[in-house]
Amino acid sequence: MIEATIPVRNEVGLHARPAALFVKTAAKFSSTIKVKNLTTNGNFVDAKSIIMVLTLGVMKDHEVVIQSEGADADAALDALRALIENNFGEA
Amino acid sequence: MAEKNFKGIPASDGIVVGQVFCYIPVKLEIPVCAAGTVDEEMGRFYTAREHARVEIQGLYDMVENRAGKEEAVIFRAHQEMLSDPALEGKAREYVEIGLTIEQAVAKVTDELASMLSGMDDELFAARALDVRDVGRRILRILLGLPDTALAAVVKPSIIVAEDLTPSDTASLDPKLTLGFITAQGGITSHSAILARTLGLPAIVGMGNDLLVNVSNDTFIVMDGRTGEMIINPDLETVTRYKQIKAQRDSHLQVLKIAAKKDACTASGRRVEVAANIGEVSSAHDAMEHGAEGIGLLRTEFLYLEDTQPPSEDKQYQIYREIFEVMGTRPVIVRTLDIGGDKPPAYLPFPEEMNPFLGWRAIRICLDEPEMFKTQLRAILRAAVGHQARIMFPMVSDLDELRHAREIVETVKRDLELASIEFSADVPVGIMVETPAAALLVDVLAEASDFFSIGTNDLTQYTMAVDRGNAKVSGLFQPLHPAVLRLIKQTIDASHAKGKWVGMCGELAGMTNAIPILLGFGLDEFSMNPRAIPEAKHLIGKLTDEMVHEIAGQAMSFGTAAEIENYVKAILAELA
Repeated sequence: MIEATIPVRNEVGLHARPAALFVKTAAKFSSTIKVKNLTTNGNFVDAKSIIMVLTLGVMKDHEVVIQSEGADADAALDALRALIENNFGEA
Repeated sequence: MAEKNFKGIPASDGIVVGQVFCYIPVKLEIPVCAAGTVDEEMGRFYTAREHARVEIQGLYDMVENRAGKEEAVIFRAHQEMLSDPALEGKAREYVEIGLTIEQAVAKVTDELASMLSGMDDELFAARALDVRDVGRRILRILLGLPDTALAAVVKPSIIVAEDLTPSDTASLDPKLTLGFITAQGGITSHSAILARTLGLPAIVGMGNDLLVNVSNDTFIVMDGRTGEMIINPDLETVTRYKQIKAQRDSHLQVLKIAAKKDACTASGRRVEVAANIGEVSSAHDAMEHGAEGIGLLRTEFLYLEDTQPPSEDKQYQIYREIFEVMGTRPVIVRTLDIGGDKPPAYLPFPEEMNPFLGWRAIRICLDEPEMFKTQLRAILRAAVGHQARIMFPMVSDLDELRHAREIVETVKRDLELASIEFSADVPVGIMVETPAAALLVDVLAEASDFFSIGTNDLTQYTMAVDRGNAKVSGLFQPLHPAVLRLIKQTIDASHAKGKWVGMCGELAGMTNAIPILLGFGLDEFSMNPRAIPEAKHLIGKLTDEMVHEIAGQAMSFGTAAEIENYVKAILAELA
């Protein structure tokens, strides 16, 4: 199992299109991927569930922890990190 | 019965005098009975979910057809929620401890929706409604009930409801729905937005007593412009509203006729009125509103919806579809116009202090020639048999333009060598949106077949103001004398070189600006499709003599406010 803590810098946080993109990206991998909002110190949820990701309430400047476990765990973590670090292609 | 007035939030324009249909969603009663095996119960879940997927796709298609992709996207979100692993996983957990699938779905929906609605941020909380909408749909299908109680509307009525979900609004039959009024909801709720797109009069947020005050067949007047609802109106009120409605309808009729005709001044000078669009469905919208072409096809949507750039074939399909809707009318395709303010995930964007002065638009395309070539190939191939034009954004220098044109020529040679069919005579022009380009039109004309003025960016760069910044956005004045001088200079220089010039910024559709621009000799006005009928109507009322006078006067003023007041006064006289 690998883990990374990543700050979210885009304007709307993990909501609307960014949330959908996050879940869509996670769903491309066979690994079990979990994510939690470190800033609000909530629970880990399934990163492939749009509803659960929304319940994290990740806003601009929150930090998230992503855990990935499985055959393509590294690739999954890299892809999600790139997505967040590129601000989901928004401002 | 005496008439009674109520006031809600005006959500969509239009006056209706008619009878009420009260829409009360069927209460879904969950039967108490013994559960089958886990496999049986989950089997029913999968069947119902598949059925729901088909229904939602139907709503998506219908709304996309009637209102465009942007309004339909909510049902994409519903699809995503429908296949959410949390929904299935939690339902299974309940089934495993002995609940029926109906009980399980009801419980899970409630839990997930409460989780969302309990959140502090309204943006997140609003998604609870979508979860409930989706959960209710699955449950309704499990119970074998029809899609919606709205099917019970049999004569043209004003729909009155506690609230309407996006699914409800999408299911309203346009032939039987005169308008709608809801007790809940705000001006930005999805139903309100959809009503405006569909041109359906609507009032929202009427308050909790709405369904106490009206019942089926109550006779009412609703005014979507003011948010007023009058129950049991007396004859005088009805007459007054019928008059207002008749005036409004006749103006709309005038606009409808104007929209169908070619744009022409009262002196007989022909200009082109075109539409700005950013997706396939808006092309239909443009045609409906009388567009004589597409003056600006934004292609960014293709690049921002995925984690990789769009393939040549995908682009080809979409351009082709738009060209086909427009037939032989010209379509100007603007090549990729993005920057660090809206970076796609796959481009290596540098840290930028000023993304609007940074790596964007044509500058990116020249640095990423393979991505640029893919787009050009797709456009040139799709252009066969159509009037396509290519336009580069953000050009500020002749070398940039020469370089971009060389790439176009390379692409044409490649296509020819590969014996792939393409259109060889697609005109290539630029957007004039930097002061540099506006001042250099005579020089750029060497390599540009036409010009189109982008007033939003031109204003931003000329006034050195970010309109998203409330502290300074007051200086964002497209009718500022400085901007106006650059526009006039662009039109004059372009005509001196024998090139036509259009405008695809917001200014082109503003009634205060149209007389001045006509006076300057602008050849093409491209705008939001909905602004076209009014623009054509106005152009038809103006003579060449008048607009020359107006343009001359406008150039003599020192501030945007003086210019605007002057034109407003003349337009008021005209009406």
